[in-house]
Amino acid sequence: MGEPLLELRDMTVTYHTGRGPVPAVRGVDLVVDTGQTVGLAGESGCGKSTVALAVLRLLPTTARLGGKVLLNGEDVVAMKWGRLRAVRWASASVVFQGAMHALNPVRPVGEQLAEPILLHGGAGANTVSSRVGDLLEQVGLPARRARAYPHELSGGQRQRVMIAMALACDPQLIIADEPTTALDVMVQAQVLDLVSRLVSELGIGLMMISHDLSVLASTCQRLAVMYAGRIIEQGPARQVLQAPAHPYTKALSAAFPTIGDPESRLAPRGLPGDPPDPSALPPGCPFHPRCPSAFADCVDTDVALRPVDTGRSAACLLEVRP
Amino acid sequence: MIGPVSTALAPDLAPPTTPGGRGGGTVRHLATKLGGAVVSLLMVIVLGFFLFRVLPGDPVKTITRGAPVGPQQLAALRHELGLDKPIAAQFVDYLAQLARGDLGESYQFRVPVSTLIGERIGPTVLLVGVATALAILVGLWLGTRAAWRRGSRFDRISTGVALLLWSAPTFWLGLVLLTVTGNLFPSQGLINPNTPAGFLPQTLDLLHHLTLPCLTLVAVLYAQYLLVMRSSLLEEMNADYLVTAKAKGLRDDLVRRRHAVPNAMLPTVTLIFLNLGLVVSGAVTVETVFSWPGLGLLTYQALQGPDLPLLQGLFVVLAGAVLVMNLIAELLYQVIDPRVRAT
Amino acid sequence: MSTPSPTAIAWQRRRAAVGRVWQEFLSDRGGLFGLAALSLIVALAVFAPLLSDASGLDPTHATGRPLEAPSGHFLLGTDNLGRSVLLQVWWGARISLLVGVLATLVSVGIGTLVGVAAAHFGGWTSAVLMRFTDFFLVLPSLVLAIALSTVLNRGIFAIVLAVGVTSWPSTARLVRAQTLAVESRPYIERAWALGAGHVHVIIRHVLPAVAALVFANTTLTVANSIIAESTLSFLGLGDPNAASWGEMLNAALGSGAVTYGAWWYLLPPGLAIALVVLAFMLAGRALETVLNPRLRER
Ligand SMILES: Nc1ncnc2c1ncn2[C@@H]1O[C@H](COP(=O)(O)OP(=O)(O)OP(=O)(O)O)[C@@H](O)[C@H]1O
Ligand SMILES: [Mg+2]
Repeated sequence: MGEPLLELRDMTVTYHTGRGPVPAVRGVDLVVDTGQTVGLAGESGCGKSTVALAVLRLLPTTARLGGKVLLNGEDVVAMKWGRLRAVRWASASVVFQGAMHALNPVRPVGEQLAEPILLHGGAGANTVSSRVGDLLEQVGLPARRARAYPHELSGGQRQRVMIAMALACDPQLIIADEPTTALDVMVQAQVLDLVSRLVSELGIGLMMISHDLSVLASTCQRLAVMYAGRIIEQGPARQVLQAPAHPYTKALSAAFPTIGDPESRLAPRGLPGDPPDPSALPPGCPFHPRCPSAFADCVDTDVALRPVDTGRSAACLLEVRP
Repeated sequence: MIGPVSTALAPDLAPPTTPGGRGGGTVRHLATKLGGAVVSLLMVIVLGFFLFRVLPGDPVKTITRGAPVGPQQLAALRHELGLDKPIAAQFVDYLAQLARGDLGESYQFRVPVSTLIGERIGPTVLLVGVATALAILVGLWLGTRAAWRRGSRFDRISTGVALLLWSAPTFWLGLVLLTVTGNLFPSQGLINPNTPAGFLPQTLDLLHHLTLPCLTLVAVLYAQYLLVMRSSLLEEMNADYLVTAKAKGLRDDLVRRRHAVPNAMLPTVTLIFLNLGLVVSGAVTVETVFSWPGLGLLTYQALQGPDLPLLQGLFVVLAGAVLVMNLIAELLYQVIDPRVRAT
Repeated sequence: MSTPSPTAIAWQRRRAAVGRVWQEFLSDRGGLFGLAALSLIVALAVFAPLLSDASGLDPTHATGRPLEAPSGHFLLGTDNLGRSVLLQVWWGARISLLVGVLATLVSVGIGTLVGVAAAHFGGWTSAVLMRFTDFFLVLPSLVLAIALSTVLNRGIFAIVLAVGVTSWPSTARLVRAQTLAVESRPYIERAWALGAGHVHVIIRHVLPAVAALVFANTTLTVANSIIAESTLSFLGLGDPNAASWGEMLNAALGSGAVTYGAWWYLLPPGLAIALVVLAFMLAGRALETVLNPRLRER
């Protein structure tokens, strides 16, 4: 079984809006192996959620998806609708950003947990409620909470429900899009713990998305850093954090955002300027206007990701100059 | 009058914020609502009294407008109608009457107003009920399809037609229908006196008479349900939980049927009841055009006098009905939306 | 050059905002159609005395036979008194529009007053005013308008008053919400701190900020008022001498146009009402969408 669980090859996503095209993802290559946890980091608006949604083709109709998304070697982009529906949730599931809105507000959470199980034939109608109860207990909620409505649960509890839901059909891959944002520090740590434990117990591949490097540092084996719709550095998590190759990663890790600090989400401390607008990217390296070590060539060279070490790569001109 | 347009086009019926605690909260909430409704009803009564007894100055002059009557006759009439007492005393009398269910006597028909209203209420309920039910079915169905295929030709045409019909005055639509259908449908009344007795012929004849007025009301009413359902569903369609539903592998039509539509219906259900004011005014003109013997036609007849006690009674009854429907709408919302339902 | 004064900057910003709104409005096809139709109709109504001969409206000068079908001479046929239907519809626009606009002014005036007061003074005043508004909001307004125009002396002004007095609550709610939003902005706090009075804050800060949405709402209210006017006139509560479209329909019904099948007498006034109402509604809706980001396509 040589092929990876999930492989993105030159994935591009462009939103077509009334104000022209927005290239939100501009060629991303990423691999997640079975049982591996890969982190995807980056500032708000760099395209992380877009990548997550694109894996299961959940993007709005205004979005165009290009490249290849290989899930167990099968290209999701080319899948027929019927096959796609069968793959969704059964092979890969998503823990969405903001569980408050990702749950249907007017249905009991148990019903929403049972929905994919029934749909994918994971259990008969009579065993489904016990399965729902098991799932809830697995994430540390009493089984009777199945009757609760989302608004009757706390933020952390809702997030647990989302995680239980993601586990419902025993997928091989879970994509967790900022599973801990908007939770307070204590709860955040609990939820992260839970995710890591479940993933290692069940041997699931996990793609963990966050703007918060500290979250990823504690959970991921590999780390990819995104900027303006591209991965600008990736490698083993520890190495990337301790010896970043790209100036952007340097700035991110130097400013090591405190957990739960909403300010750090927008612009890491020590990094001047705003994240770029994807519909009007600067020429050359998109990071050059904010880069402390930018030089003349950065303005007109659009530099691609290239190896910097074993298993590591970065997209910066500095890294290839002697 | 056709209700607040902007509300119809962009309903601001976001669920009310969750009322405080549970258990005791529900009872308190219920009591507040009921209390509010009672206060409103009292205000209607006061307003009705003000409009028809105080504002006209001397009602006797209005009644006898144009008729050659001497001052003694006027005074006698005034005494007979209790209009020679001070206003405050008249108001107290009026309240006492109301408490006994007495709405006064019609100048024109010389029968108690309550009797008249009782006779006419059936046809109106029939007409308005059937028309509302049909309008809801048609409107919700078209609105759902239009929203789901936003921007399609179906969406553009159905929204356009709805807006056009909604812009036309109700009574005019009725007149046009009458002219266009020629003799296909009876132009007035509830039932033809020559219809043979028996359930089936009577019912068929009634339906025959009902067709045109009902169609007219539906034409005006369905637009609002369509537009509200459409915009409410469009709003709902941006909701993240629909992406979750899609991610679970649900077919598009199941996403719509199980998640989007039921949730979008919640504000629409409320609107159906809130809309009763609109239905009432629609009924006045439609009943007039088709001589449908209901409360609307009665209102028109009362206007001819003007028959002030009858108008006053109708005002209180119609406004009261709308207030009650509003109360029902609010209470219903508590029941159907778990976000505001306190268990 | 000296630096521009704060007021100048504010006005500049406001002008820029108007330009932006205008640009976005232009991209709404429905709104554009509405605006074009309205401009045309209003121009025709205003210049009717210059472009046509009002004497044709006088029954004694009628040149046609009663209920003549459309022909080259009378493009839309004649009414029961032999007058041109086309001419009547044309002149009827003046009255219908006038009543619609006047009623809207009354309604928006009351609504703005109540809304600003409810938001600005808060507390007890606000509670009472909002209770009052909610009460009028659910009251069947046609029934109330019928009541009012019955007891007032019949005529255009009774109708203006009846429609105006019954249709203000939605404006009041809108204005209140907007005022609350505006007054929570920091620059208002600053104005308070600098010792500005109620009147100053309301006139200089609140009203300019809420004006745009009120204006959008106004166009919708005109549409409502025109339908309401036609309904009241149709019920015989109007002024027979002020031949609005509703009054025309009332006359058509009274003269047996329906039984006679005189569609040319029946259709034009109603279509005119529908067209004007639709135009107001489309323009108002487009404007509201542009101004209210919450409604904007997401
Ligand atoms: N439906 C859409 N239409 C147009 N542009 C969009 C749409 N969704 C996202 N975008 C744009 O695409 C870019 C990437 O958005 P995305 O949601 O993927 O960012 P993100 O990295 O997940 O940010 P965050 O950390 O805030 O969640 C943003 O600039 C955003 O404005
Ligand atoms: Mg995101």
